[in-house]
Amino acid sequence: MTSKVNYDEQQLQNLSTKVGKKMLEVQDLHVTFKTYGGEVHAVRGVTFDLYEGETLAIVGESGCGKSVTSNAIMGLIPQPPGKISNGRIFFKGKDLTKLNKNALRKVQGVDISMIFQDPMTALNPTLTVGEQLTDGLRTHKSISKIEANKKAIEILNLVGIPNPEERLKQYPHQFSGGMRQRIVIAIALICEPLLLIADEPTTALDVTIQAQILELFEEIQEKTGVSIILITHDLGVVAKIADRIAVMYAGKIIEIGMKREIFYNPTHPYTKGLLNSVPRLDLLEEELEPIEGTPPDLFAPPKGCAFAARCPFAMEVCDYVQPETTYLTTSHYTDCWLQDERAKGLFSE
Amino acid sequence: MTNIHKVEVKDEWFKPKEKGLEKVETVVRPSLSYWADAWRRLQKNKLAMIGLFFLIFLGVAAILIPMLSPHSVTGTDLPNQNKAPSMQHWFGTDELGRDVFTRTWYGARISLFVGLMAAIIDVTIGIIYGGISGYKGGKVDLVMMRIIEILYGLPHLLVVILLLVVMEPSLTTIIVALTITGWVGMARIVRGQVLQIKNYEFVTASKSFGAGTSRIIRKNLLPNTMGPIIVQMTLTVPSAIFSEAFLSFLGLGIQAPYASWGVMANDALPVILSGDWWRLFFPALFIAITMFAFNVLGDGLQDALDPKLRG
Amino acid sequence: MVKYIIQRFLMMIVTILIIATLTFFLMHAIPGSPLDSDRTTNPAIQENLEKFYKLDQPLSSQYVSYLKSIITFDFGPSIKKPNETVNSLISRGFPISFELGMVTILVAVISGVILGTLAALRHNGVVDYLAMTFAVVGISLPNFILATLVIKVFAGELGWFPAATWQSPMHMVLPTLALATGPMAIIARLTRASMLEVLTQDYIKMAKAKGLKPWKIIIRYALRNAMMPVVTIMGTMLASILTGTFVIEKIFAIPGMGKYFVESINNRDYPVIMGTTVFYSTFLVVMLFLVDIVYGILDPRIKLHKKEGDAS
Repeated sequence: MTSKVNYDEQQLQNLSTKVGKKMLEVQDLHVTFKTYGGEVHAVRGVTFDLYEGETLAIVGESGCGKSVTSNAIMGLIPQPPGKISNGRIFFKGKDLTKLNKNALRKVQGVDISMIFQDPMTALNPTLTVGEQLTDGLRTHKSISKIEANKKAIEILNLVGIPNPEERLKQYPHQFSGGMRQRIVIAIALICEPLLLIADEPTTALDVTIQAQILELFEEIQEKTGVSIILITHDLGVVAKIADRIAVMYAGKIIEIGMKREIFYNPTHPYTKGLLNSVPRLDLLEEELEPIEGTPPDLFAPPKGCAFAARCPFAMEVCDYVQPETTYLTTSHYTDCWLQDERAKGLFSE
Repeated sequence: MTNIHKVEVKDEWFKPKEKGLEKVETVVRPSLSYWADAWRRLQKNKLAMIGLFFLIFLGVAAILIPMLSPHSVTGTDLPNQNKAPSMQHWFGTDELGRDVFTRTWYGARISLFVGLMAAIIDVTIGIIYGGISGYKGGKVDLVMMRIIEILYGLPHLLVVILLLVVMEPSLTTIIVALTITGWVGMARIVRGQVLQIKNYEFVTASKSFGAGTSRIIRKNLLPNTMGPIIVQMTLTVPSAIFSEAFLSFLGLGIQAPYASWGVMANDALPVILSGDWWRLFFPALFIAITMFAFNVLGDGLQDALDPKLRG
Repeated sequence: MVKYIIQRFLMMIVTILIIATLTFFLMHAIPGSPLDSDRTTNPAIQENLEKFYKLDQPLSSQYVSYLKSIITFDFGPSIKKPNETVNSLISRGFPISFELGMVTILVAVISGVILGTLAALRHNGVVDYLAMTFAVVGISLPNFILATLVIKVFAGELGWFPAATWQSPMHMVLPTLALATGPMAIIARLTRASMLEVLTQDYIKMAKAKGLKPWKIIIRYALRNAMMPVVTIMGTMLASILTGTFVIEKIFAIPGMGKYFVESINNRDYPVIMGTTVFYSTFLVVMLFLVDIVYGILDPRIKLHKKEGDAS
């Protein structure tokens, strides 16, 4: 994967001031799954906030719990085997984890909606695009079929699908991958949600289409002011559209900050490793360094820092105790013992 | 990110960890070969294992019991007609005084023989036909698949009935009739598998090393198509057993005085309501249990051999 | 779609032609064939045979006139019953067999789909376990054994239902039960497996994320897609139900076509066997053709077939 990471200082400054009101608060979220092999602790205490109109990227390796986190917010954790064992998710003042299924359905698709990774499988092959666009709308809002279709055409125009009137009557297989992802986005947007969760929205697409879809996200955010949580492992995508970045590892957020802070001043060794493993055009002299080893087994999460086994700067304390959160700036926090006073000077960089 | 520390964080813990100790990645799971792994998974499936052991027992007993039994399969004993199960005749006797126990086990021989032969012949023809069709591709495949499509459209059991009406009924003719149309399903499966696998990179790699066609088929394609073939086989056997019983029941099966389960069930039909329950019950029970054993074994194998589910 | 239908239609014609031809030559291959001109039966029958099979003419013209008669839906005479033809047997027996078959299919499909869906929705639960145990047992019990079992229990011991013939809805219960259990079990297993697969699909997750009601997701999104594999086996299912009617009608003494067919097998009434086989095969092949078209209507992707493409 060759991604280009570009910085625009001025743009970053602007973005950091664009932040509006807090709309989503995730507090100490724990999600576990019962399997034959035992209980998997997929998410182990995730806390973050989301503001109106911002784009938060959650990055990490596959299996780090980023998709589970987004599914938990969306109320899509299959129960059983899954369970939100602890924590709260406040959305517009309501705790989503406390809502019953009926109440949750009034949030799903209306206030929060979701975009899935693979547009080839996210659309039902036996229903027309029009039917799939309008059925959410007609479930949540009492409007006629004609009005719903009008709205569908409007939204297809917004996501850049030509001839929407005719396209409504077609089936998903009659569209290309990029077009299908636009339809998936249209479905997510049709009820005018406040929050859009995009789970790897460009991973399954060609590189050229990826760029188009990312531009579409920016355009939509500009027009509708929707907040976006972007789940990805692709730092190129993050660099392009994120305002803030949360780095997840083994079910925890280990570092979170503004895009500028994470890219220019990464503090957690994992974040550094992640950035060093991506080819960057602006740092030609540096060699790519893959992170050695594999993530820990979440059947039995380690007692201390989950990254300790792979960390080039691991100390004994890392194996015994989980690190506390250190506030580097008002927006930049990290969970790492290296930030402790007692660790200063141990490693010369 | 909130942490409640139960442990006191000691100052002396703040020193670099000794390298090299934990860096060694221990292999968590011993890497098993495909077949060993499949076998391990199959063993976990209790029902499938019960089915497997029952079938092994059935096979051994079907060979031994008719040999060791004091009663003969065909020998009539008119004074002892329609006797209920007793110490002497464990499963009772039929209208000619023949021992139902011995005949049932003899029937097991017939059924298993028909089932296994049909499966073996189906697999052989199916692998050759499907393998060639899938591997050659292009026009050869097109023509071969057209033929298959037409054969597949023929009503299988009707053709079998037609053939058996024309041919002298015997064990051989039953097997021939069953396999004449039976291999088509297997050929389709093999072809599908070969088509899928021949485009995989490891096959391309073999080709680039100059491996010949037969070597590619033997070394690469066959081992990787075996899973679905074995599963299909475990489904072919019970369906052949069912067909044999069905045809015998229609009077087209193995001829008197020899017994198959279908023949015994057919003979017992007139007395079903009169109370001689054992004559129908035992062959019926054996058919049902054997079909059940093959079905659960087939299910188990399907789960065990499906690489997609490995883990 | 039109191209597809034409293609399938041609295949259907070819298949019927093959069966008719096979039947014709097998008939002539029988040692001591009833068509050998001096096989003495009853003179009236001999006359019928000669008239129908044009026995005085060379084989090739016999074949042609045989094909002609098949096209005109004339399946030939009987050699055991002077006044019977296959056509008269069909017109008497087929409606009854058809009724039995249709009731069986309805019962098998409806209960199989419901059972399979419930099992999938309660995956690894008690319902799933019970349904699948029932299904494996149902598949393992050949219909003729099940038939004798239900007669013994429900007609003999309990006396709830009549044991034979085909007169009232009460008479239909046991034969239908015996004939439908196997197909129902197969449909239940297939529905469960395909439902489980469909339920993991992203489009189901997406439907949930839209906040649709659960029953709507199951019916509109899951069931319709899960039904695809079930539709594809309907052809084989029909064939097995049809052959099942032979034994079921024999056991329950139902005066349908299957019973006549078995009778003709038992007393070696070759022309009836052949004629009936051709009729049955034609019926099945036509049904298979219809099933394929229904599949094409249900699955919009079939229509595609190269053309149409997409815009971007």
